[in-house]
Amino acid sequence: MQLYATELMGAEAYDAQGNFVGRVREFFIEPAEQANRVAYFLLSRGKFQPLVARHDQVASVAPGTMRLSVGERALALYQPNEAWLAVQKDLLDQQIIDTSGRKVVRVNDVDLVEFRTNGTVELRLTQVDVGLPGAVRRLLQGVVSPGVIRKLQSKLPQRAILWEFVNLIEPDPLRRVKLRITHEKLEDLHPADLAEIMEALSAAERQGIIASLDEETAAAVLAELDARLTTQIVEKLDPEKAADILEEMAPDAAADVLAELTKETSEELLEEMPGQEADEVRELLTFDPATAGGMMNPEFVFVGEVSTREEVLQWIQTQDVNLDQLDTIVLLDSAAQFSGTVAVARLLLAAPEQQLAELKTEPLLSVPVDADEKEAFELFDKYNLRMLTVVDRDKHPIGTITVDDVVSRLMKK
Amino acid sequence: MNWGTITSGVAGLRTRGTDLQKRIRGLRRRLTLLLAVIGPGIITSNVDNDAGGISVYTQAGAQYGYALLWSLIPMTIALYVTEEMCARMGVVTGKGLSDLIREEFGFRSTFFVMITGFFVDLANVVAEFAGVAAAMQIFGVNKYIAVPTAAIIVWILVLRGTYRQVEVIFLIACGFYLAYFFSAILAKPDWMEAAKHTVIPNLRFQSGYLVMLTGLVGTTIAPWQFFYLQAAFVEKKVNPRQYPQARADVLFGSVSCMVIVFFIIVCTAATLYASGHRDINDAGQAAQALIPLAGRGAGILFAFGLLNASLFAASILPLSTAHVICEGLGFEAGIDHKFKEAPIFYWLYTVLIAVGAGIVLLPHAPLWKILIFSQVGNGIWLPVVVIFILLLVNRRDLMGDYVNTLTFNIIAWVTAIAMIVLTLVLAYTALFQSAAPAVTH
Repeated sequence: MQLYATELMGAEAYDAQGNFVGRVREFFIEPAEQANRVAYFLLSRGKFQPLVARHDQVASVAPGTMRLSVGERALALYQPNEAWLAVQKDLLDQQIIDTSGRKVVRVNDVDLVEFRTNGTVELRLTQVDVGLPGAVRRLLQGVVSPGVIRKLQSKLPQRAILWEFVNLIEPDPLRRVKLRITHEKLEDLHPADLAEIMEALSAAERQGIIASLDEETAAAVLAELDARLTTQIVEKLDPEKAADILEEMAPDAAADVLAELTKETSEELLEEMPGQEADEVRELLTFDPATAGGMMNPEFVFVGEVSTREEVLQWIQTQDVNLDQLDTIVLLDSAAQFSGTVAVARLLLAAPEQQLAELKTEPLLSVPVDADEKEAFELFDKYNLRMLTVVDRDKHPIGTITVDDVVSRLMKK
Repeated sequence: MNWGTITSGVAGLRTRGTDLQKRIRGLRRRLTLLLAVIGPGIITSNVDNDAGGISVYTQAGAQYGYALLWSLIPMTIALYVTEEMCARMGVVTGKGLSDLIREEFGFRSTFFVMITGFFVDLANVVAEFAGVAAAMQIFGVNKYIAVPTAAIIVWILVLRGTYRQVEVIFLIACGFYLAYFFSAILAKPDWMEAAKHTVIPNLRFQSGYLVMLTGLVGTTIAPWQFFYLQAAFVEKKVNPRQYPQARADVLFGSVSCMVIVFFIIVCTAATLYASGHRDINDAGQAAQALIPLAGRGAGILFAFGLLNASLFAASILPLSTAHVICEGLGFEAGIDHKFKEAPIFYWLYTVLIAVGAGIVLLPHAPLWKILIFSQVGNGIWLPVVVIFILLLVNRRDLMGDYVNTLTFNIIAWVTAIAMIVLTLVLAYTALFQSAAPAVTH
């Protein structure tokens, strides 16, 4: 039978002999044992110390009453336990992350289902109610009879989240471990969705989530977050962890984060980062943010213009390149100066022995490192670019600006 | 020629230049830090000076001259103390007041706080649109044109803007309160007399005087403002490190709010009270009566101030109410969502404005009854909200080291109890005696 946590809160509990024991005031789940089973019931007895009934001591459960399969003397006294998840205190009215709907919601009620095993009854969490039926139950419980509430709620639109898609939010790292809360499910979300979820949470909760994500996901999320939030989070992270995350970010994104921090913090984090990455970021930090240099990413794919299609493809296979983002390759001439770009799509149709210089995109466009960002925006607009090469004074390519950099800059205005 | 000195001179000039640049950058950094935080406190306190508030201040000045000015200092303290607690909670927990009430006191308490809030705020919205009607009358605009136009402007402003843009508009509206400063100057008051009454308490035990005093307190400290203030700090993502700036914002807001009240009372005291026009019922009448006494300019400024205040509060109240209710009950909320994502939020917002403006347009609208209801409602709602605030702000598991200190707690509880008693008295008199400020129609 379908039951609801609200209906059972305050239920009268009777032991095997039919004596009244106390009222159910709380349920506990023991995630270390089983993630969805109600493992313990707290029975309050007024001025006496409360008792706990274990799941295998329950004979039957119905709205308003619970019968035990043992006598009162078999029950243990209640001892608070950090490793127990309290349904009322930790779940009802709290915010959770719905990993299937990709947003933060507030729990109105918890749906339970009976599960019979040799003579005892277990309650298992099936889903959390975040819609009107749960709200109505919470409001009317104890005022109107359960039958009437059930009739009323059947007419309301359902909004519930299956328990396996519920991700609890617990800022305290120790408790998180005890309750076995992992953020693996969050790591499967798109970083942009995760960033939006983070914006809906409080600072402590955000901090808790970032700290427990793997560095790669954390870096992707930080790159998507509002700059002010990113700064707040990075400042509070353990410097070692912060440096690990920054290392995973694209150098231009890392530089943007560091530019917002105080000089000391930023320098401390750079010290923690491996030499080469740190140097790239340091160099980016010297550029004025409102110039092409301040927008560019110094990591890009470049090859000599005389290389053939075959050579380039083989070379790319050996490199650690983000293929989802690769749509243009920068060409260098024999003096290592910028000589043009090739769209990756052109490689598809080229002959294996064709040289890349023959596949160049016209016109040849690049922007000096100290050019105002507006100049770059205008080029993107005029030539419908997806990528623009940034060159230094000697015409050496030193970075690229991609269209997503432009979009996020313009969105901020 | 000594090239050495010249080049080193140039170098010196250059370093001095970068020094200056650095110093400017430091200043700019500090300013951006401050600008990133300020807003909520200033806006909230100034919205307290809404149509209902201005009417009461006007009556206070017209009936008792400068005699009630002393109450402004304790009121500033009360306003600051209560608002500061909400600001602190918002900054430290990163959660709105309705969120916290929901998480700590459960669904049912939240539901009743929200439902009461809805009706009380609706009554307040009606009062704001009545203020728009009264002010536009001075400018010769019929209420059947003025009120619907105002409602549409308010509706679009919020739906089309982002939080940032809306906040900037609100901050500009705060600046327009200076109209009362100029209108007070034009009234040529006796500044020495006013200053004397501000610092020396003048407590009279007459029922009319006491009712006016309660009216002042009751209209200045409205319960919905706590929800708005806390939510605004949360929305701005102000963190505990920026708390000093947030507190400065709240302090500045409380003081500036009371300075405006001071000018309103001084202006009406110097003109209406001095010339015997003591039976003024609302701010619209006051503006009208000012014209022959202090010149057309003073009257127009006064009416402009009223219009600004009414529009300002009419924009914030429905927005804040819809936000708070949705947040507490778990619906999507906020103007950064689209209509489809947060339908209940937008419907609540629209209903509050449409019904609020609609009631003012009814031919025989019982406006004064609604004004009483809004005051009584505030009076009943305030104790509940303030007690929730005090309970929450003292929870160490929520606030950590930011819980109230003992001294602050004493001040806060005394303030809370005084406010509760005063507003209950106001609610009682509004219901059972016709001597209450808003009931003199």
